[in-house]
Amino acid sequence: MSGLDGLYQQIILDHSKARHGEGPLEHAQAEHHELNPTCGDELTMRIRLDPTHERIDEVAWQGNGCSISMASASVLVDLVRGTRVDDALALAEEFRMMLRSRGEGEPDEERLGDAIAFHGVSKYVMRVKCAMLSWVALEAAIAKSRSHDAL
Amino acid sequence: MTHTDADSVGSRTVADIRLDFPAFTQTSGGLAPAYLDSAATSQRPRAVLDAEREYLEHHLAPVHRGASAAVGLSTTLFEDARAEVARFVGAGDREVVWTENATDAINMVTLGIADANAGLGGADAARFALGPDDEIVLTEAEHHANLIPWQRLAAKTGARLRPIPVDEHGLWSIDDAAAAVSERTRIVAFAEVSNVTGYLAPVADMVELAHRHGALVLLDACQSVPHRPVDFGAMGVDFAAFSGHKMLGPNGIGVLYGRAELLDALPPARTGGSTITKVTMGTAEFLPAPHRFEAGTQPVSQVVALAEAVRYLDAIGMQEVARHEAAFAERVVEGVAAIPGVRIVGPQPGAPRAGLVSVGVDGVHAHDVGQFLDEAGVVVRVGHHCAQPLHRALGLTATTRASAHVYTTAEEADRFVEALAGVRRFFGVEQGVTA
Repeated sequence: MSGLDGLYQQIILDHSKARHGEGPLEHAQAEHHELNPTCGDELTMRIRLDPTHERIDEVAWQGNGCSISMASASVLVDLVRGTRVDDALALAEEFRMMLRSRGEGEPDEERLGDAIAFHGVSKYVMRVKCAMLSWVALEAAIAKSRSHDAL
Repeated sequence: MTHTDADSVGSRTVADIRLDFPAFTQTSGGLAPAYLDSAATSQRPRAVLDAEREYLEHHLAPVHRGASAAVGLSTTLFEDARAEVARFVGAGDREVVWTENATDAINMVTLGIADANAGLGGADAARFALGPDDEIVLTEAEHHANLIPWQRLAAKTGARLRPIPVDEHGLWSIDDAAAAVSERTRIVAFAEVSNVTGYLAPVADMVELAHRHGALVLLDACQSVPHRPVDFGAMGVDFAAFSGHKMLGPNGIGVLYGRAELLDALPPARTGGSTITKVTMGTAEFLPAPHRFEAGTQPVSQVVALAEAVRYLDAIGMQEVARHEAAFAERVVEGVAAIPGVRIVGPQPGAPRAGLVSVGVDGVHAHDVGQFLDEAGVVVRVGHHCAQPLHRALGLTATTRASAHVYTTAEEADRFVEALAGVRRFFGVEQGVTA
C-alpha cells in the first residue's frame, strides 16, 4: 500500500470518526495535557488504576486535532484499557519505535494490534508527532500516577 | 483556459518567468508540484542565487573594517545593496537596518524601547520609554512576531496591550482601530497584509489615526513588500519590518525600516563591534543609524543577493506583481466558493484581498487537508500560521493557505481548487457519503 492510502488506512479513518474513549473520566488518578505547538493539536489523557496501581482499569481522553492524532488516541484506548501499567508503557515504546522506523522493518502485529495501522505514518516525518500525541500523554499520566502529581 | 492576468505579469508571461527559477525547471519526471507556499518562503530566481555565489566566489571580504581594496569593494557592494533596497521601499539609505529577518527587526524595536525604559540612550531615547499609563495597540490578527515582542515589552514596562478585535472572518476596520486608539496609545502595530486573511489594512488612515494621538506606527510589511508597491516614506510609518526570503531573496536577511530621526535615538538592542564611535572600559558611544544596530559580522552575501532580488522584482514591476497575485486570489476564491463545506477566511468573494487565500474545511483538520493536497502535488501551508489569537477568533484550530508569487500559474490555482474539492469525500465527511 502506498501514498495516501498507506497513511490514512481505513482503520485510521474509522477511528478518527468513531472515537473510542473520548470523554471525561471520573475518579481518575492522573491526567496529562499534551500540546503539539506546531499545529495546535491538544489532548488530555486520564487514567484510573486498580487498587494495586498495577493495572489500568479505565482510560479516557479529550482533545482536538487531526485524524491521525484522534485515531491514535482511540486505538490507544482499545489497547491499554484493562492492561498492566508496565505492559502499556512497553507498548508505548514499541509504538514509538515503529513511528521512528521511516517505514522500514516489519512491526510486530501481535504486540501492536490495531496500532500497526500507523506504520504508514512513520514515512511522514511531519505527522509522527500527531500519532505520538496520545501515547506521550499516556506515558506522562502514568508517571504522574506514580508520583505526588496524582490527582 | 482563457488568457488572463493570472497567466502573465506585466509584459512577461508566467511561463517565461518560471524559466528564471531553477526550482521550476528541474524536472524529475511527472507533473512538478504546484508550489503555493510563497507567503511562507518564496523560490529564488537564478539571478539571486548567482549574485550570492558571485559575491562569495569573487568578493568575499569583511565590510567596514580594515583597509584593503578587497574590504573597500566588499563594503561598497554591501552599502550599494542597502541603497538599492532602501529605494525599493521608499526609504533613505540610513533608514534601512539589516536584521536576521522581520521577527528580529520587530524585536530590535521592542528591545530598544525596553532599553530606553532602563535609562539607556539618555535623553534622546527617553521619548520611547513606556509606563503603566501607556498602551500598545495591535490587532487580534497579528502574526506572533508582531505580538509576542510587544507582550514582553509590556511586561517589562508596565504598559498595556490594547487589542483591536477582529470579526468572524478575521477582519477589522479603521472604526475598530479608532475605538482602541486613545491619548494613552504610544504605539500602533499592525500588518499591512494579513498572512492568514490576505486583508489589506487601511494604512493611510491608521497612520493618520495614530499620529493624531501622538503614537508611533510599526508596520509589519512581510506580506506587502514582496508583493506590491510599498513606499514607507510616503506612507509615513515610523517603523517597518520585512524579510528577504519572502521576496525571492535569501534566508537570514531582513530589514528594519525606521525614520532616521527615530533610529538615531533608539538604543541598539544588540551591541558589540562595528556599532560604536568611542569605547572605554566603562562606556560606549554609538554610531548613528543604521550601523549602530549592526553588531558583529553581517550576512553580506545575503545582503548582496537581496539587492538582486529587488532588481528582479523592479524589472517586472511591483504594480504588475500585485495585479497578477490579485488575479490568482480571485481565481482561487471563485473556485473555492463553489465547494460545499469549505469556508473562506478573510475578505469574502468580491472584496479586495492580497494574493493568498486561507480556508477551513468542515470536519477535516487542516493537517489532513494539507496531507491530501501534498499527495495531489499541491504544496500549501497548514496550521495556525503563527496567529493563534486570530484562529481562536475564527473558531478554527488551523487553516489551509494557498499563496502566490510572480511565478504562480492559473493552472496551479485550479489544481489547488480541484484537489480541495476532493478532500471531504476522501475523509468521509461529505454529505451523503458514509465512512
